[in-house]
Amino acid sequence: MAHVAANQSSHDHDHGHDGHHDLEALRTMGFWIFIITDCIIFGTLFATYAVLMNSTAGGPTASELFEMPGVIAETFILLTSSFTSGLAVLSMNRGDKKGLIGWLIVTALLGASFITLEVTEFLKMVDEGAKISTSAFLSAFYTLVGTHGLHVSIGLIWMVALMLQVAKRGITPVTKRKIGNISLYWHFLDVVWIFVFTIVYMMGVR
Amino acid sequence: MAQHHDTHASHGADAHESHGSLKSYVLGFVLSLILTAIPLILVLNDIVTGNAADVVLLATAVLQFVVQLFFFMHLKEEKKPRYNLMVLLLGLVIVLTIVAGSIWIMKYNMVAH
Amino acid sequence: MKITKLSDFFVTGDPLIYGADVAIGLTMVAIVVALTAFKRWGWLWREWLTTVDHKRIGIMYVIASLLMLFRGGVDALLMRTQLALPDSMEFLKPDHYNDIFTTHGVIMILFMAMPLMFGLFNLTVPLQIGARDVAFPLLNSLSFWLFFMGAMLFNVSFVIGGSPEAGWLAYPPLSEKMFSPGVGQDFYIWGIQISGIGSLMTGINFIVTILKMRAPGMKLMKMPMFTWSVLSSCLTIILAFPILTVTLALLFIDRYFGAHFFTLDMGGNPMMYINLIWMWGHPEVYIVVLPAFGIFSEIVATFSKKRLFGYGSMVFALMSISIFSFFTWAHHFFTMGSGANVNAFFAVTTMIIAIPTGVKIFNWLFTMYKGKITFELPMLWTMAFIPCFIVGGMTGVMLSVAPADFQFHNSYFLIAHFHQVLIGGVVFGYFAGLYYWWPKVFGFKLNEKLGRWAFWLWNIGFYVCFMPQYVLGLMGMTRRVSSYSWDTGWWSWNFVSTIGGFLMGIGFLFQVWQILHSIKFMERVKGDPWGGRTLEWSIPSPAPFYNFTITPKVEGRDDWWRRKELAAQGVQDPPPKYEPIHMPKNSGTPIVMSVFWFILGFGFVFDWLWLIVPGAIGIAATMLYHSFNYDTDYYVTAEEVRKTEAKAGRVV
Repeated sequence: MAHVAANQSSHDHDHGHDGHHDLEALRTMGFWIFIITDCIIFGTLFATYAVLMNSTAGGPTASELFEMPGVIAETFILLTSSFTSGLAVLSMNRGDKKGLIGWLIVTALLGASFITLEVTEFLKMVDEGAKISTSAFLSAFYTLVGTHGLHVSIGLIWMVALMLQVAKRGITPVTKRKIGNISLYWHFLDVVWIFVFTIVYMMGVR
Repeated sequence: MAQHHDTHASHGADAHESHGSLKSYVLGFVLSLILTAIPLILVLNDIVTGNAADVVLLATAVLQFVVQLFFFMHLKEEKKPRYNLMVLLLGLVIVLTIVAGSIWIMKYNMVAH
Repeated sequence: MKITKLSDFFVTGDPLIYGADVAIGLTMVAIVVALTAFKRWGWLWREWLTTVDHKRIGIMYVIASLLMLFRGGVDALLMRTQLALPDSMEFLKPDHYNDIFTTHGVIMILFMAMPLMFGLFNLTVPLQIGARDVAFPLLNSLSFWLFFMGAMLFNVSFVIGGSPEAGWLAYPPLSEKMFSPGVGQDFYIWGIQISGIGSLMTGINFIVTILKMRAPGMKLMKMPMFTWSVLSSCLTIILAFPILTVTLALLFIDRYFGAHFFTLDMGGNPMMYINLIWMWGHPEVYIVVLPAFGIFSEIVATFSKKRLFGYGSMVFALMSISIFSFFTWAHHFFTMGSGANVNAFFAVTTMIIAIPTGVKIFNWLFTMYKGKITFELPMLWTMAFIPCFIVGGMTGVMLSVAPADFQFHNSYFLIAHFHQVLIGGVVFGYFAGLYYWWPKVFGFKLNEKLGRWAFWLWNIGFYVCFMPQYVLGLMGMTRRVSSYSWDTGWWSWNFVSTIGGFLMGIGFLFQVWQILHSIKFMERVKGDPWGGRTLEWSIPSPAPFYNFTITPKVEGRDDWWRRKELAAQGVQDPPPKYEPIHMPKNSGTPIVMSVFWFILGFGFVFDWLWLIVPGAIGIAATMLYHSFNYDTDYYVTAEEVRKTEAKAGRVV
């Protein structure tokens, strides 16, 4: 194996950047393109929301329904978690495995509290009779915000899986790429939330 | 297999080492906090209203997006050719087309309100 | 859905469908018996079902899409038969006719054209750019199996539960629960959704492959034109398919959770669906036609023995079309009533997008000019494409004139137009590509004589079938009608059209015969049977599993042609120095995960929680299994490479 590896590295240098394919860099690029496609998914949901947001069909309107304190808390929690996921990457770049896992735990806990708040908010609204089937506005609202929440939830499962992998395998190029990708994903979800916060909530209640 | 990973390590290091410093993350975080606080204070207290409020809201959101792109996602550090940046710009153009196009086309088509 | 009797689950009552039930059952039994009798199960699993080799995945795509072409074609002939019988003569009942025009459209675009296109991507792109595989081989396999399971889920609706019947784009409110209460529409949603995820991932995969895995020296502007067309097509895929995913998801949420996106009541707006679906739908037609343009570019250059004329303008045309295709969508619903400004804008953008397409036609003509043209099958199909596509394109420009469109809209004029660009452009293009690369993939050529029979049957059949439909459209015949009365005067034109349809059907049978004949009397070929110009012709046919023994160093456009010219001047390649080759390991994860997707989809179609839950858990578990699996690749040692090459008699 050592022999093969040695050969392989000389092989890499021969080919320069175009010819040799650093697998982890390829995967990072693929993930970035996936994020762009996800951007378009949210873009389409925002377009649908924008078109249908006044179609309340006599049901509750945005300003009647939304309660800002909870939403503001969610916003700052998610923003902080985006920051802590960045700190996790910084620890990783220093080679600090404990710091990396620690910051990931903080990030995941913040993410989990975000989801808890969101679910509580949804349940309360449903309780007040504002269901997904109440009006086109609410269909668009639950779908847009719920899709974001679903993304965060999937991110949480993925984050736990990565913590286990880092704990087991340490900081290797593969785990590094994976952590880099999830932190990118997390920042992206924060950016989407900024627009949810602005377009759905702030423009809804003002 | 260990050796195999080691050969990649040198590449991995090149690609990731430069990604961000504590300073850039803190700066990004503080700017984001400020850009979230501005619309909260201005709009929820009715200091700006009407169309001006929409402008403030959208402007701070876009600014915060840009801040996160540079300070959290390190878009500036990408090496040439900047494929990631190109795909991102393309994606944003399409997102804008979807949103603005839908609103424009559907404005005349509200079958039921 | 609660099943109380057999006819709630199986489609019953139609002798045509009973016949199909028997045929499907017998075929499945025959496959199982054959695999068991010849002890091929292990082989099938190891060599094909779990393969991550792009060449084999490509072959599986092609086989699956030809099967789908057969089914879509039978649907077409059933419709044509019905339309040859006016008044109350009933070959198909009206609701069965609805089923069939819906499945015909969906299958031809999403389960025939798309996978055939992906098949050609897989068979060709890595070889053209001097790569050993695609960027993400395992994802590539997953893409294929998701497509396959999606296609199966869609097709199963034919015998179980009932087919969708709201048209190929399933416009609401017709496709809503209120008007389509059956499960057919859910099969439609989940079949397309599952295969759509696969398409999206293929788009990502090939973009990264093309941008990052080219052989050293192959600058972007030295890439073969087919690779450029794949890049432009994939860019369009990644930007357009997410819109389809959302649109279908919203329709599903309407049907399943009782939401009101597109319903007529509670503030829903069906027009929004039409707006969204065409934002995907229009780019989609460019997604399938751009690679055809790439294929024609390769073939015209090869069979004219000349460099492609206007390489730069061709690249510009391809890339500008892939972006511009996103700004024309509203021309599919000029009659919706969005006002003069909207219609004027989209009419103009539609006319503009015809320009780069016209540029390409001139490039091909100038490439042929003063070339030493030979007319083998690939070139023959290319020659047939050019006039056909010009006429189809011109009628497209006629449709783009918004005021005139109020007359053409949803008439047979439109039907004739899009069949002309899709058959004349896409189908002819992919056939040309299949004939062109077939020897590279399988190591033998397809019989020329039978191929010519097929070619002329297809071409004559095409014009006989679709030219009358332009006339019918102008006479006022609308699409999706299963019957008409004698006094409309439509019968004679319809009858001629039906004859044309069957001629194309016979053409397809000739192609099947051609393939079987060529397998039997195999004419083996060497690496470069056509006198090719690009890298895929520099290696043996079929290519060894690692493609290139040594990564080629590229110095110019049409690099293989350049090397052949050097060799003719006596410049020898240095003897190869074998090196270890890094290869991905085969994996069962993609097919297992796709089966769980099928289970999930089937569960949602019937609203059976006992299937939805295991399906979802299975998908999550296979994903996590893959995340935790770090043993995904291996090295082929230099010694092994040498042995493989020696065994194939290729060592100097």
